[in-house]
Amino acid sequence: MQNLKVLAYKLREDCVNIIMAGGGGHIGGDMSVMEILTDLYFRQMNISPEHPDDPNRDLFIMSKGHSMEAYYAVLCEKGFLDLEDVTRRFSKFGSPYIGHPNNRLPGIEMNSGSLGHGLPVSTGLALAAKMDKKPNRVYVVTGDGELAEGSNWEGAMSAAMYGLDNLVWIIDRNHLQISGNTEDVMALEDLKQKTAAFGWNVLSIDGNDIDAVDAALEKAKTLKGKPTCVIANTIKGKGSPIMENKAGWHHHLPTQEEYQVIMQDLERHKEEAEHE
Amino acid sequence: MNKIANRKIICDVLMEAAASDRNVVALCSDSRGSASLTPFFEKYPEQSVEAGIAEQDLVGIAAGLAKMGKKPYVASPASFLTTRSYEQCKIDCAYSDTNVKLIGISGGVSYGALGMSHHSAQDIAAMSAIPNMRVYLPSDRHQTRKLMEALLQDEKCAYIRVGRNPVEDVYTEEDCPFQMNKATVVREGTDAVIIACGEMVRPAVDAAKFLEAEGISAGVLDMYCVKPLDTEAIIKAAEKAKVVVSVEEHSPFGGLGSMVAQVVGAKCPRRVITMALPDAPVITGTSKEVFQYYGLTGEGIAKKVKEQLG
Repeated sequence: MQNLKVLAYKLREDCVNIIMAGGGGHIGGDMSVMEILTDLYFRQMNISPEHPDDPNRDLFIMSKGHSMEAYYAVLCEKGFLDLEDVTRRFSKFGSPYIGHPNNRLPGIEMNSGSLGHGLPVSTGLALAAKMDKKPNRVYVVTGDGELAEGSNWEGAMSAAMYGLDNLVWIIDRNHLQISGNTEDVMALEDLKQKTAAFGWNVLSIDGNDIDAVDAALEKAKTLKGKPTCVIANTIKGKGSPIMENKAGWHHHLPTQEEYQVIMQDLERHKEEAEHE
Repeated sequence: MNKIANRKIICDVLMEAAASDRNVVALCSDSRGSASLTPFFEKYPEQSVEAGIAEQDLVGIAAGLAKMGKKPYVASPASFLTTRSYEQCKIDCAYSDTNVKLIGISGGVSYGALGMSHHSAQDIAAMSAIPNMRVYLPSDRHQTRKLMEALLQDEKCAYIRVGRNPVEDVYTEEDCPFQMNKATVVREGTDAVIIACGEMVRPAVDAAKFLEAEGISAGVLDMYCVKPLDTEAIIKAAEKAKVVVSVEEHSPFGGLGSMVAQVVGAKCPRRVITMALPDAPVITGTSKEVFQYYGLTGEGIAKKVKEQLG
C-alpha cells in the first residue's frame, strides 16, 4: 500500500506548483485540508476515474471551494485529470481549470465557490441514496470561517432530521480566515457542542494526522441513525513554518525565495514520513 | 368562472407522474398547503421532502437529489424562492446544471394585503439573468398542464411562476395549442400586438375583444416562455402592428417588457409600451383590486392601446 503520509506531502508539492504556475491560489487552506482529501480519495471513497458515473459511487463535495488547487492535485493523482495540463493552464485565459470546483471537469460532482452551499447539497445527495436504499456515502468538506453562513446550519438541521448516517461533514478547523482568527471574526466555539446540539455524532481529531482522519471516517461508518461531523483540527499552511498559522497566507502567492523554502520543507516532511 | 388554480393543476400532474415514476419528488418549505401539494405529500410520503422554513436548504437539497437522478419539484412562495435562495438557484441548480424544477407559488401580488415582503415583482428579472435558467409563466390551467407535462420530459432546471388564485381560462381543454418554448398566438392583429405572460394573458385577450368591438385590430401573444424568449414570434407579430404593448405582473424593470423592447428595438423598431406594476410597494388590496388600480385589466390595457394609436 502506498504511504499516504508521504503522498499528502507530495500532493502539497503539486499543489504549490499549480499555484506558482497559475499565479495565485488559496494556499493556506490547500495545505490544511490535504490529509483529509488524501485519505478520502486514496483510502476511503469508492470512486474511480474509469467509472465516474457509477451509481453506487461515494460522493465528495468541496464546500470550501477555494481550496481548489489542493483538490486539483488530488484529482490528478487519482487519474481524473492530468497534472501537467492542469499546472500549465490553471487560471489561464480560456482554461477549464478555474479557481473553484466546476463539474464540467471529470471527478467533480457539483460546483461551489460561494460558501455555505455544500451541506444542503450533500444532504440532498445522502437523502436520495437513502430513498433508493443505495450504498453511497457522501462526504462534504467545509471550512470553519464558512460556518458563519446560515445555510450550513439549515443543512445541519435537515441532515439530522432525516437521520442521514451515510453523510459525513468534515470541518477543516484551521482557526483562520482571511481577516484573522475565526474566534475574532465570528466566533464559532463551542463547535463540538453546537454540532452535537444540531443532532450530529461529533468526532474531534487531529486533521493533519492522516491515520486519525481515517480512523474517524471508519468510525463514522459504524454510527447509525445520525450523520457524523468530524471536526478536523488542522494547521492552516501546514507543511512549511513560513506559512503555518498565518492568516496572511490565506491566498498569498509565494515569492521565488519563499517557494524554495516551502519546497525544501515539504521535501523534508516527505523524507520524515518515509522513515516513520 | 374557473375555480381551479394553476397550482392545483401542478399537483395533479405531479401526482400522475409520481404514480409511475418514483424519481418524481416534491419538496416544500412548510408550503405544501399553499402549493396545493398536500395530496401529493399524503399519497407519496416517500417521494416528498419537507425542508422547513429554510429556502436555501430547500433548493440545495433539491440539487443534491437531482444529481442522484431524482426529479425534484420545489414549490415555495415565489417571493422567497427567488430571493432567499437565489444563490442556490444560481449555483446549485443552473451552474451545476441539475434537473431542479423551481415552482414559485403565490407569484406576483397574489398575497395581496400581506405586502411587499410577500410579493414577487422581481422574479422574472432575477431568474432570467441566470445563465442556464429557464423562466415560464403559464397563463391558465390548461396551459399549466401542458407546460408541466413538457417539463417532466426534460432534464434541465427551470423556474415556473404561478399565482395563488384561480384565473379565468384563456384556452379550453380541447383547444390549448402548446409548443414548448414557442409563444402561443392567441389572436392575430394589425393595429397593435399585446404581448403578455402569466395572469396577464387573459386581460390581454379581453382587451383585444374590447378593441375589436371598436374596430381596432389587436393581436395577443401568450409569452409563457419568458426565457428562452420566443423572439421570432415577437418580431413576426410586431412587424404587422403599429404599436407593441407588453403586460406583466412584475416590476417595470428587467421583466417581459424589457425583453420585448430589446427585441423590437433591435429587429423591427416600433413603439413599445410596457405595462407592469410600479417600481414601488403596491397599493394594499386583493390582487384583483391591485390590477384594477394599476390598469392591468382588459379595460385598462384596451385604454392604453387606444391612447397609443391616437
